[in-house]
Amino acid sequence: MVIGAELVFGSKMLEGYIPLALQDPDPFKLFNKHKDMVVLNDKPWNIEAQAHLLDDKITPNSCMFIRNNGLVPEGIDAKAWTLTIDGESVKNQKTYTLEELKSKFNHHTYQLTLECGGNGRAEFNPPAKGNQWTVGAVHCASWTGVRLRDVLEDAGIKSNAVYIGFHAVDKHLSMDPKKEPISRGCPMSKALQDETILAFKMNGKAIPLIHGYPLRLVAGGWPASVSGKWVNRISIRNKVHDGTKMTGTAYRVPCKPVAPGEKVKDEDMCIIESMPVKSLITYPKTGAIISKSKSLNIRGHAWAGELEVAKMEYSIDFGSTWNTCTIEKPANRLAWQHFSARVDFPKSGYYEVWARATDTNGLAQPMLLPGWNPKGYLNNACHRIAVKVK
Amino acid sequence: MAEEFNFKSEVKKLYSLLLFLFTLFVVGGGGLIYYVNNPDVFDFESKTETIAVAPIEEDEDRIENGIHVRTGLIDAEGLMTVVNNCTNCHSAKIVTQNRMNTERWNATIKWMQETQNLWDLGGNQEIIVNYLVANYPPKAMGRRMELTDIKWYELED
Repeated sequence: MVIGAELVFGSKMLEGYIPLALQDPDPFKLFNKHKDMVVLNDKPWNIEAQAHLLDDKITPNSCMFIRNNGLVPEGIDAKAWTLTIDGESVKNQKTYTLEELKSKFNHHTYQLTLECGGNGRAEFNPPAKGNQWTVGAVHCASWTGVRLRDVLEDAGIKSNAVYIGFHAVDKHLSMDPKKEPISRGCPMSKALQDETILAFKMNGKAIPLIHGYPLRLVAGGWPASVSGKWVNRISIRNKVHDGTKMTGTAYRVPCKPVAPGEKVKDEDMCIIESMPVKSLITYPKTGAIISKSKSLNIRGHAWAGELEVAKMEYSIDFGSTWNTCTIEKPANRLAWQHFSARVDFPKSGYYEVWARATDTNGLAQPMLLPGWNPKGYLNNACHRIAVKVK
Repeated sequence: MAEEFNFKSEVKKLYSLLLFLFTLFVVGGGGLIYYVNNPDVFDFESKTETIAVAPIEEDEDRIENGIHVRTGLIDAEGLMTVVNNCTNCHSAKIVTQNRMNTERWNATIKWMQETQNLWDLGGNQEIIVNYLVANYPPKAMGRRMELTDIKWYELED
């Protein structure tokens, strides 16, 4: 085709249709993302936010990170969509249409914090393999759906049930139909929580395709990889689910602490469950120059996996002294909490504002990198922004 | 003379006819081509929708400032072996993001062969790993880096 040529009969094409030959698309338009989002990978698509993009209390689609292990499914028909509950520990294998799920079970809406297990990987030393997420692989959107518990109980759960594992329709990068890009899950105790839902809405609208349309498992507070997108089957297992990315080193950390760079055998790696306490300064954007006569109002969010954040502090002297921030209660369990503080600087110069959250068990964020692990998970080191006072 | 005059005028007539037909052909044909490319030209209610077409590179493997433009990989010995073996399933962006030593690049290849359907690389494996270690080696970062690339701005109230 000629450079800049108009597509013959282009105007007769269906709206939203992307011709195969032109699939070198602009991801920002394709996924309706903010221009400041950062593309880490384009096959598969992996895109992260920056701290200042996450300033909203409820994250809009435009600023939600995208994490994919495989290829985004095409041609989804929600009317024909079904969810099957099967597995060794289901009493009666059952299949529901999307409409049946919506009409048969009560709807619930929760704000749920989803953070990629590898958020912050870029800082590990020696470096860890994978997408080099910095700070932006976290969001807290509002999800509406039915409780996974209600659906599992409708099918019937045998007393020997241990774990659930999801299956979805995304394709493996190698296009091998026998391979699943990802099939993770969680123990029954997490599966049966009130807030673990099969969602069909995000922020009040149908879930965008890239975030799992038409049905997504959402399990807040755990690595976001538990929250399977495009889910069409959930297996109730009589053992720990052994799907793709459940075994080996994926989403696992050493059961016992190891020295940086140490080799760890697969059998000495343990599955990540709740994410650790963490926080993010979302205002102002790093690099603010202010005048000495003015105080700086900072704000952001803090979260603590299964727990709540009990205390929020900031420091402008690299941790010599800490000052308290105001921290709000979460909108519901597993939602991130909003903090704010008024910061005064004693004299002009270069400062860093560091933020530190402490959870209800008394665990605080480290200022340095936490324990090194081979895959670079769970970096919950304090976030900081640079500020100059004139 | 009369005959000659007749002949001249016949030639003139024929010439005019040919000129007319040629003009008709050029104008009509051009118009038709324009219409095929702009089917909405007489459709005054709908706007012509232009669909952006990514320009196709004249040389898809061209190098600019030491970078292989299509993949973002550094231009160095072994580049095309890496492009041909390592960008079929995934984007080169997952390569350029990472920093590993010989042992870990080899381990990564082994993992891809065991779980991701990567083929046996044969003699190319050494070329690929040498390229990766030379161009994407680990760099020491310590326990916490200083903040870099700060874009300073005046904060308005």
